[in-house]
Amino acid sequence: MYVAVKGGETAIARSWDLLAARRRGDEAVPELSLAQIRQQLRLAVHRVMQEGSLYDEELAALALKQAAGDAMEAVFLLRAFRTTLPRLATSLPLDTSAMRVARRVSGTFKDVPGGQILGPTADYTQRLLDFSLAEPAATPRCELAEAPLPECLPSVLDLLAAEGLMEADLPPPDDPAPADLTREPLLFPADRPARLQNLARGDEGWLLGLAYSTQRGYAENHPFAGEIRMGEISVMLLPDELGFEIDIGAIVVTECQMINQFAGGPHAPPQFTRGYGLVFGESERKAMSMALVDRSLRAQELGESTGSPAQQAEFALCHSDSVEASGFVQHLKLPHYVDFQAELSLIRTLRAEHDRQQDAPHD
Amino acid sequence: MTEPFSPPSANLDDRWRYNFGFLDENTKRMLRRALLKAVAVPGYQVPFGSREMPLPYGWGTGGIQLTAAVIGHEDVLKVIDQGADDTTNAVNIRRFFARVAGVATTTVTRDATLIQTRHRIPETPLAEGQIMVFQVPEPEPLRTLEASEVETRKLHAHQEYGLMHVKLYEDIARYGHIATSYDYPVMVNRRYLASPSPIPKFDNPKLHRSPALMLFGAGREKRLYAIPPYTEVESLAFEDHPFEAQHWSQACALCGSSDSYLDEIIADDAGVRQFVCSDTDHCRQQREAAQ
Amino acid sequence: MTPILSVQGLRKDYGNGQGCFDIDFELFAGEVLCIVGESGSGKSTLLATLAGKLAADDGSVVFRDKNERAHELTRLAEAERRRLARSEWGYVTQHARDGLRMNVSAGANVSERLMALGERHYGRLRAAAADWLEKVEIGADRLDDKPCAFSGGMQQRLQIARNLVTRPRLVFMDEPTGGLDVSVQARFLDLTRRLVHDNRIAVIMVTHDLGVARLLAQRTLVMQGGRVVEAGLTDQILDDPQHPYTQLLVSSILQA
Repeated sequence: MYVAVKGGETAIARSWDLLAARRRGDEAVPELSLAQIRQQLRLAVHRVMQEGSLYDEELAALALKQAAGDAMEAVFLLRAFRTTLPRLATSLPLDTSAMRVARRVSGTFKDVPGGQILGPTADYTQRLLDFSLAEPAATPRCELAEAPLPECLPSVLDLLAAEGLMEADLPPPDDPAPADLTREPLLFPADRPARLQNLARGDEGWLLGLAYSTQRGYAENHPFAGEIRMGEISVMLLPDELGFEIDIGAIVVTECQMINQFAGGPHAPPQFTRGYGLVFGESERKAMSMALVDRSLRAQELGESTGSPAQQAEFALCHSDSVEASGFVQHLKLPHYVDFQAELSLIRTLRAEHDRQQDAPHD
Repeated sequence: MTEPFSPPSANLDDRWRYNFGFLDENTKRMLRRALLKAVAVPGYQVPFGSREMPLPYGWGTGGIQLTAAVIGHEDVLKVIDQGADDTTNAVNIRRFFARVAGVATTTVTRDATLIQTRHRIPETPLAEGQIMVFQVPEPEPLRTLEASEVETRKLHAHQEYGLMHVKLYEDIARYGHIATSYDYPVMVNRRYLASPSPIPKFDNPKLHRSPALMLFGAGREKRLYAIPPYTEVESLAFEDHPFEAQHWSQACALCGSSDSYLDEIIADDAGVRQFVCSDTDHCRQQREAAQ
Repeated sequence: MTPILSVQGLRKDYGNGQGCFDIDFELFAGEVLCIVGESGSGKSTLLATLAGKLAADDGSVVFRDKNERAHELTRLAEAERRRLARSEWGYVTQHARDGLRMNVSAGANVSERLMALGERHYGRLRAAAADWLEKVEIGADRLDDKPCAFSGGMQQRLQIARNLVTRPRLVFMDEPTGGLDVSVQARFLDLTRRLVHDNRIAVIMVTHDLGVARLLAQRTLVMQGGRVVEAGLTDQILDDPQHPYTQLLVSSILQA
């Protein structure tokens, strides 16, 4: 009896075996390959890379396979792996205006230089279940455009900035190196680079909910989607020993620049302000949410009221990480016999006193 | 049986090998520097660059980072959860270190040089040279009273702890007692208010002037702190409502101990209760001594 | 006699014409001083700057503590300022929720400052809290009730008890009667006057109402546009106002 309530080494070992068997499922069904996951579940792979803070499609696919498709568990696996990887170098800042754009839309102007480019979006698919996908089918045809897209599309916000109606987008004074939240703890007050880093790693659902709250009266953002672009971008290094830039490969990112109305304050004239979102892979929902939350977290700096959850940095940033949140919520299933025993004896004492008082004759 | 830390697949296996104790040496150095600061300022919460560990946050990531930072080849490790060596989480962490550090492990408190614990301090008195590593879910004792980290850091800096006594005052006004039974706040070295981690208050007196070094790690909250050997540790109280640890009218049903912390077990469907030692090593020793 | 507070050339400039400028005055032990002006006159800015909640741009504020030690408040380190705030000052706010802990009992609210100063005897804390609840006419039987169960007037009187329990040398009050009905105001002011007099506590109170100054203050400063336009004994200002703005204020309370 006594031993039964304590876990045993054997029980843990058996649970591993059972988990592996469940992951594989019916052996009559072919096993998933990592290539299949990378190719055919690419958005799941992107999300795991994004919140896992590691751009490696192969490892993200592996994590998804090991986690049996549980995105948060896969993010956790990837994070635990990346933590021990050595830092070989720091890349130069990404230049998103040099992106090889696969999609680019603006909600603020009907037409923009370079045009609106829909790209591979599900926005206009009418969301009818496509039963033809239930069985393997021939590869869908995709026609090539007559002319290639321009090499470089200017940012829509730069056009407004030229008119002086957009706040300047400057690095902080003295341009200090940004904090690295994977190496240093998040401290408050957190500057914008630290906040953006936290949001870029943050859980998509959390950011989406916070962003949504700003649109429903919990903060006043007045946002417009100035520009959303997605595509491939080169990662550049400048090794000291070489003295010139080298291209070490390309990654896919999604960038969202929100434009927000601003009535002006003691230190700034009426103008548009910015909210910024940048994430690995294709994820407009996350990039847009990030941009809305980034802007609402600037409330204090811009002299706006700061009463809403999405305007409070400690609230928004301390609860954004799915690995932290999931671990702490689920730690409640660990044994708490000792604490519970302490509470049980306390409640019994209080209850006995309560009952004694109830029974005492009133005077 | 699945090996969770084996190389993920054949074509990846040459990419890397785990360092001794899982963490790389630079991370260990960062942790040791933070620990030195913690020892120098007893009870002060040192922010540190907590790493993501292959264990969920809230399950002892702070504890395993501290253990990984101080463990050496000669160490003998004991891991307990709720006082027991064979609870699932304790087993998991002990296996982790056996695997990534290859050190000897033990369940005998006296034989251990390093003890990682969740929620208990062993009944066997600790000795000089031993290190206790506590897993801490919430390092900030003022957190439930003041949510803002900016504000609580100020309260510590200025030693403004009136708020904590307000809580204790309210307990007595409402219940006639201080209604905190575990994670009972302590004043370390007459300076910093600290959480002893969620140990029952029964264990608080063991912290006072202990010959062992006590290290506390909160991975999710990215804070660590320490109580060096022989440091004064006072459990908060009022002069006319002094600190009082739990006690039981029963003795352990297995070993007969009347001075150890007891777990209550529901022994059958009729709800019959049994009380047994939460410290499994202590219980075993008592039974062996009796035979 | 040495003043407990000497203010010279104090300036807090928001850069948009708002703030307070060229403020000079002295305050003596046990004296009640009212700063009167309409909203935007800079009176609340002045109070917050004096209490160290806002950083001054120029000038000096010298405070003498119980041991006659002088502290230059505009250059005080935060640790020292907080120590003075705990041991030598009180601060009564317009809204009770800013000055009280609404989720703990009245007894805990009154005891907090004593505990912050090191009192560790529950029985004595409780006795002191009960005594002060009697003094502010709330009654010791309400010791374990939370402030949210109190009326507005009681909440303000609880703030008085919470601040005066440690017998501070100086209490700042920011429009403490602002949210109260006229009849409730009078009782609050009467009680405040008695308690600060009996305990020889100096008060600087900000109010938009010259009538409050008439009931409470030995001396009054009248502010307009961030500057003191008239200062003197309250009776003198009421009987013979010199500045046109003061004349306007006086005529409005005489009509009331």
